[in-house]
Amino acid sequence: MKLLNHDSKATTRIASYEIFRTQYLNPDGSLIADPPAFTKDREQARAMYALMLRTRLFDKKAVALQRTGQLGTYAAVLGQEAIGVAIGHSLADDDIFIPGYREYAAQFARGVPLRAILQYWGGDERGMDYPAGTPAHHDFPLSVPIATQVPHAIGVAYAMKLRGEKRVVLASCGDGATSKGDFYEAVSSAKIWNLPIVFLISNNGWAISMPSHRQTGAQTFAQKGLAGGINGEQVDGNDVIATRAVLSAAIERARNGEGPSLVEALTYRLHDHTTADDARRYRPEAEVTAAWERCPVKRFKAYIEAQGFWNQADEDALVAEGTAAAEAAAQEFLKLKPAAPESMFDHLYASLPKALEWQRDEVAARGPVQGAH
Amino acid sequence: MARTVQKSGVLPVPNITLIEAVNLAMASEMRRDPNVVVLGEDIGRNGGVFRATLGLLDEFGEGRVIDTPLAETLVAAMAIGLSTQGIKAVAEIQFSGFLYPCVDQVVNHAARYRNRTRGRMSCPLVIRAPNSGGIHAPEHHSESLETTFAQMPGLRVVCPSSPARAYGLLLAAIRDPDPVIFLEPTRLYRLFKQPVEDDGEALPLDSCFIDRSGADLTLVSWGAMMHDTRLVADQLAEEGISAEVIDIATLKPLDMATILASVAKTGRCVIVSESPRAGGWASEVAANLAEHGLLSLFAPVMRVAGYDTVMPLAQLERSYIPDTDRILREVRKLFEMAPK
Ligand SMILES: Cc1ncc(C[n+]2csc(CCOP(=O)(O)OP(=O)(O)O)c2C)c(N)n1
Ligand SMILES: [Mg+2]
Repeated sequence: MKLLNHDSKATTRIASYEIFRTQYLNPDGSLIADPPAFTKDREQARAMYALMLRTRLFDKKAVALQRTGQLGTYAAVLGQEAIGVAIGHSLADDDIFIPGYREYAAQFARGVPLRAILQYWGGDERGMDYPAGTPAHHDFPLSVPIATQVPHAIGVAYAMKLRGEKRVVLASCGDGATSKGDFYEAVSSAKIWNLPIVFLISNNGWAISMPSHRQTGAQTFAQKGLAGGINGEQVDGNDVIATRAVLSAAIERARNGEGPSLVEALTYRLHDHTTADDARRYRPEAEVTAAWERCPVKRFKAYIEAQGFWNQADEDALVAEGTAAAEAAAQEFLKLKPAAPESMFDHLYASLPKALEWQRDEVAARGPVQGAH
Repeated sequence: MARTVQKSGVLPVPNITLIEAVNLAMASEMRRDPNVVVLGEDIGRNGGVFRATLGLLDEFGEGRVIDTPLAETLVAAMAIGLSTQGIKAVAEIQFSGFLYPCVDQVVNHAARYRNRTRGRMSCPLVIRAPNSGGIHAPEHHSESLETTFAQMPGLRVVCPSSPARAYGLLLAAIRDPDPVIFLEPTRLYRLFKQPVEDDGEALPLDSCFIDRSGADLTLVSWGAMMHDTRLVADQLAEEGISAEVIDIATLKPLDMATILASVAKTGRCVIVSESPRAGGWASEVAANLAEHGLLSLFAPVMRVAGYDTVMPLAQLERSYIPDTDRILREVRKLFEMAPK
C-alpha cells in the first residue's frame, strides 16, 4: 500500500519482505518433502517421540493432581509438546534457555526433574533449583509475568558475546506475550549488537480467553522480527521435524555470528489456559475437536511407524514407563516435607542482613502455621 | 444463608459477596453514566479471571466493555487517554504482580497530568486489581501493592474490606475527578456475604470507617487483614478488652483525625498490614501517631505486618501473612507494658 496512491516517480519501493513457513509432516504423518538427516536416525527419532509422549503423560498426571486438590494451579502443555521437544533437541548443553511457563518438554530434556515442575505449581520454591550437572542448572526458571523474561536474553547474549563464547540463548514466550513492550524492546534491539539469540513464539491460538488475532492486526507474529531488522519465520509447531529443523538452523546461525532470529511456532492449546480456567466460556468446542486432528504426538508417531522405527510393543512399553515416571514424580512430590517456614529468608540476599535476623527467628520460632496446606 | 434479606418491608436487598459488589457497582454506574467504560485483559466474554465483570459485555456491548491485548502498560495508558477525553475508564489489572508495568504510566502521567497542565487536563480513572495473598495462587498473584501507590503524590488508594464498602467505595472511585487505585482483597472476594442495596450511594473517599467502638485499644487495618483484625476484636471482647476497630479503607489521602481521636480515647494502638513492614503504610500511620498522638499513648504503637521478604509461594504464605495469633501476641505485649 502507498499513502500517495499514484504512479509518480516521487514514490519508490525501498524494501520488501517475505515470511516463510516450514512444514514437513502432514497431520496424518505423511511427508510433504524430503526431511532433514536427523529424521533418518532411528535412535534420535525414538528419543524425540519418547520425550513428547512422556511429557504428555506427565501433563495428564499434573492435571489429575490439581483436580484432586493435591497441586496448585497448573498450566497444561497438552497439544504443544512438539515445540519443547524441538527446543530440547536443538540447543547445545551450554546454551541458555529462557522459558515462559509451558515448555516442560524442553526443560525435561535439559535435566529438570518432573517432580520439580510439580513443586513449582505446588507452591514450593525448591522446585526452581534445577540440579547441578545438568544444562538446566544454568537455564532460567519459569517466568510468570508475561514476556518479562524475553529481554533478559539481550543481556545474557551480550555477556556471551563479550566473552567471545560460541553460545546461544533461546527465549520463548506465547502469542499473547508479543503484545507487551518487553517483547518489542528485546526484538527491536537484538540486531544492534548482532546477538546470538533465538526468539521463539509459541502461538497456541489463545491467551487465556483472547484469540491470537485479537492481540494484533499483523498477519503473522513472525513478521514482528522484521521491524527489529531480524529474520522472522513461521513453522508448524505441531510438526516436530519442522520445528527442530527451523530452530536448529536459527541456533546455528546465531552460533556462527550471523545474529538473532525470530521463530513463530504454530500450535494449539488443547487444554484450558490453566486448571483455574474454563475455556468453554469463550472457545467453541468444534475448534478444539478440529485441533486434535493436528495433534503433534499422533503425527510424529505415524511418521516413525512408517519408517519402521516404532511398533505397538514400543508404544505399550513407553506408555507404561511414562505413566510410572509421572506417578513416581507425583509420589515424590507428595511425600516431600514442606520447607521450613524460615526458609523464606534463605535466598533473599547472599547472606541475611543482620537487621532481618529477628524476622527470620520469629518465623522459625513459630514453626509451621496451621492451614498452610 | 438466605439469598436475600428483607429491609423494612421494601424491595429485597441482595445478599452478596465482595466480588459481586464490585460487579454491581460497575454495572450500576455504567447504567447511570454512559461515559463509564471498563477495560482489561479477559474482562469481556470471560467476565474477568475473578468474574468481576461478569455480564457487563452482554449488557453494555463491546464498545464499553473493552477486551485489551495482553499489555498492562497499554491498559493503564489507554485508561489515561480515555479519561483525558471525559470517558471514565475503569481498568482491571488481572493480578497484583502485574500492576508493576502500570507504575510508570500511573506515576509519571495519571498522577501528574492535572499538575503538569496546571489543571487544564485530568485523569478521572480507576485501576482495579486483586490484591494480597492467601488463596494459594501462583507466583506474582499474591502481592500487596497498596504502599507502592499510596506513597505516590496525586493518587487516591482504596482497599475495601466488605461487600458494602466495596460497592460504595467503587462508586465513589469512579465518580472521583482524580485517578484512584482500587485494590480488592482476593481472599475476601467470596469469604462472606452482606446485604448490599444498589442505591447508587457512594461512600466518602477521605475518611476512615469505625467498624466498632471500644475503650481500651485501637486496632487499625484495611483490606484483607480487616478480617483477622475483626476476629481479634471478638476474641478480646470475650476477655473483657474493648477494642475499637478502624478500617482505613481509603489509605490515601489518610484520615489521621479519626485514628488520633480513637487513640486519644484508648491510649493503645496496633496497626495490622499484610504488605511488607519496612516503609509500609502501617509505618505512615505509626509516624503520624508519634508526631501527633504521643501524649495520649500508654504504650508504644505496634505494627503487625508482612515480613521484609519476597511473598513466598503458596506453601509458606500462611507463615508470611499476619493472622490472629500474631496480632494477639502484639496486643498482649501492649497490655503487659501498660495494663488496663
Ligand atoms: C504481565 C502479565 N499479565 C497478565 C498475566 C496473566 N496471564 C497469565 S497467562 C496469560 C496469557 C498468556 O498468553 P500467551 O502469551 O499466548 O501464552 P499461553 O498462556 O497461551 O501459553 C495471562 C494474561 C501474567 N501472567 N503476566
Ligand atoms: Mg497463547
